[in-house]
Amino acid sequence: MSRTGVFICHCGTNIAGTVDIDKTIEASRGFPGVVHADEYRYLCSETGQDIIKQAIEEHDLDRVVVGTCSPRMHEATFRKAVAEAGLNPYLLEVANIREHCSWVHKNIEEATPKAIALLRAAAAKAALNEALEAPKLEVEKRALIIGGGIAGIQAALDIAEAGFEVDIVEREPSIGGRMAQLEKTFPTLDCSACILTPKMVEVAQHPNVHLLTYSEVEEVKGFVGQFDVKIKQKARYVDAVKCTGCGICWEKCPSKTPSEFEMGLTKRKSIYVPFPQAVPMVPVIDRNACLYFRKGRCQICAEECPPGAIDFEQQDEIIERRYGAIIVATGFDQMDPSIYGEYGYGQHPDILTGLEFERLFNASGPTGGKVVRLSDGKPPKKVVFIQCIGSRDKARGMNYCSKICCMYTAKQAILLKEKVPDAKSYVFYIDVRTAGKGYEEFQRRAAEEYDVAYLRGQVGKIFPEDDHLVVHGVDSLSGKIIDIKADMVVLAAASIARADAPEVGRLVGINSDSYHFFNEAHPKLKPVETHTAGIFIAGACQAPKDIPDTVAQAGSAAVKVVGLLSKDMLQGEACTAEVNQAECSGCLYCEAVCPYSAINPVEIEERYHDGVLKRTVAEVNPALCQGCGSCAVVCRSGTINLKGFSNEQILAEVDAICLQR
Amino acid sequence: MTTTSDKSRLIDDMKMQSGQDPAECYQCAKCSAACPVTAAMDLLPHQVIRYLQMGLEEDLLKSKTPWICASCFTCAARCPRDLDLARIMEGIRLSLLRRREGNKFGPADLTPEQLEKLPQQALVSGFRKYNK
Repeated sequence: MSRTGVFICHCGTNIAGTVDIDKTIEASRGFPGVVHADEYRYLCSETGQDIIKQAIEEHDLDRVVVGTCSPRMHEATFRKAVAEAGLNPYLLEVANIREHCSWVHKNIEEATPKAIALLRAAAAKAALNEALEAPKLEVEKRALIIGGGIAGIQAALDIAEAGFEVDIVEREPSIGGRMAQLEKTFPTLDCSACILTPKMVEVAQHPNVHLLTYSEVEEVKGFVGQFDVKIKQKARYVDAVKCTGCGICWEKCPSKTPSEFEMGLTKRKSIYVPFPQAVPMVPVIDRNACLYFRKGRCQICAEECPPGAIDFEQQDEIIERRYGAIIVATGFDQMDPSIYGEYGYGQHPDILTGLEFERLFNASGPTGGKVVRLSDGKPPKKVVFIQCIGSRDKARGMNYCSKICCMYTAKQAILLKEKVPDAKSYVFYIDVRTAGKGYEEFQRRAAEEYDVAYLRGQVGKIFPEDDHLVVHGVDSLSGKIIDIKADMVVLAAASIARADAPEVGRLVGINSDSYHFFNEAHPKLKPVETHTAGIFIAGACQAPKDIPDTVAQAGSAAVKVVGLLSKDMLQGEACTAEVNQAECSGCLYCEAVCPYSAINPVEIEERYHDGVLKRTVAEVNPALCQGCGSCAVVCRSGTINLKGFSNEQILAEVDAICLQR
Repeated sequence: MTTTSDKSRLIDDMKMQSGQDPAECYQCAKCSAACPVTAAMDLLPHQVIRYLQMGLEEDLLKSKTPWICASCFTCAARCPRDLDLARIMEGIRLSLLRRREGNKFGPADLTPEQLEKLPQQALVSGFRKYNK
């Protein structure tokens, strides 16, 4: 018989407020194998841990049950405490009487018997606990970053500076991301390219950073410390070594297609770099647009290229590499506002989204930096900005606030006034949200010094009349209906998760919220970690975010990666699966479902009557097994057990709860 | 001076009638921007909701707006909070009507010619609007 000690935490009033501690202690003393029961106000405190350690010695305990918060919270704390008292840490069992009991019940009469039942189950399981050892795992000292925007660039630089190798995988032909599309940045109005391009160059030249542009992650296998990743490097049809980036190919190319970088406002060539500061300065050929690939005619680029770098025979390449840690920094998209029929987006060239309008300010943008109407090329004298298009909209859009629109709208209104001094801006808003250093001051400058009229209300419809757009809205503060004859309308469309975010999440094995933004492990205390060890997130793929927040989060994720890669060995999972090979029928369903490739078939020899029988059975590699338990579930002969969660232990828990009813 | 009141029978009735909760409105006023008949209203649609939020029952009783509302449902279609303002207006109308004393008119007040010519729907709606 085991000698079990039960320790119950009050957690202030979190548990003691709804669970009668005295009754629980009393009941615990009667559980089979329990020789000692005690309580403390905060068991996780040092004093609390000392109570457990002393009791182990005094009462010669060989099992410990704690009735506390979720094991997610403090299992590690208490395992460490019992280990310090000389017990194997896996002989500890946690009964979650807070999240599973006191927090979900209101009255003490209901919660107390439930707490007792949970503790009885934990004691029954603890009696069957065995001492386990966690294997040591090697760490591949190389990091992968998915996404080469400002988040990915910053994280890569920080990791590289700490002395580790890091690869950036970027889907587009150039790194730079959304920030490269911006003209100026709030609240200082410094030119986006001027602060971004030095970082792009730095990351490209850093000896520890390796850029894989025009590439996508195809497969992620393995686990923290040893992720095996397949990366597809798409064929550029240009030899990156020979190419000098002279630009003759895209000057001469005769075919055009809408430019993704310019939000489709203008066209690019079929062989192209997305923007003039692209890194690497090596063009790609767009197979879907190129005349040679479509019709088999025209090789002008190849004929004109001085170093002969064009290679139509190039193939996609698969790169297989092992990484110790991964940062996902895949950024965001802008919502398409054409679902709002009343705004007429997509039906008139002078109704733009915020990001489209931004491109009009850029010297290399569709209008060469002249802010003009796309309909007739005239500078706009009246521009109406409308906020919250698809944000804060639970009916047709997203329930959340996109966070950046109030600020970039103020910025664009200021920039407009500077480019077109006699222009007048109107901003229809619901609330102006400018939390951030220098943000409120910036927005007030727009209203006070740049003559931007802020109208608190929304727009009901926009329709063309003669050569302008009538914006029919309301100012709720004065209660007046307002019609503005505008030259241009800018819609602050919601920032949304990338369309393929769910796919990326599945690929790397992290989960996301209902809007497909990736979930952090804890909203406050683990903002860059995910629930998958070794995978981190940074930037707007987690939630809409401005540049300062993105850079801060990227640095934070980099520190976590550096901390991980600095270790020579990681503690592996002790609760791994185990096959009783004598009972195994060798169906190998387990091998098929194992997400970590930890199960392999082996041939064993068995004595059978007079002869020897050879047969195939399953074997678990404990270094690879992460203890997910999938194999134990599919095992037809019920012969796979998860150590620490064996079938016997689980049934003992169930019995302990049911039999006492 | 206007004071807000915490309890209002009108608002409770209206909530029950319409199944809509004015507390969900964040006053973006898109309903007012979308409404085609604001020119004839003394309170704009979003102000009606604001009055409901503030419990200004007496002021709402005096307003013409709920009776001007044409139930075109444009406000409901545009509302980013998924509130059905047209239902709220109908809720207010019903709540007000139920509080009035007596019937304004009955079938007996109508001439046989009127009864023959008027569409049934107009009759039903007329009785609903003008009778207790």
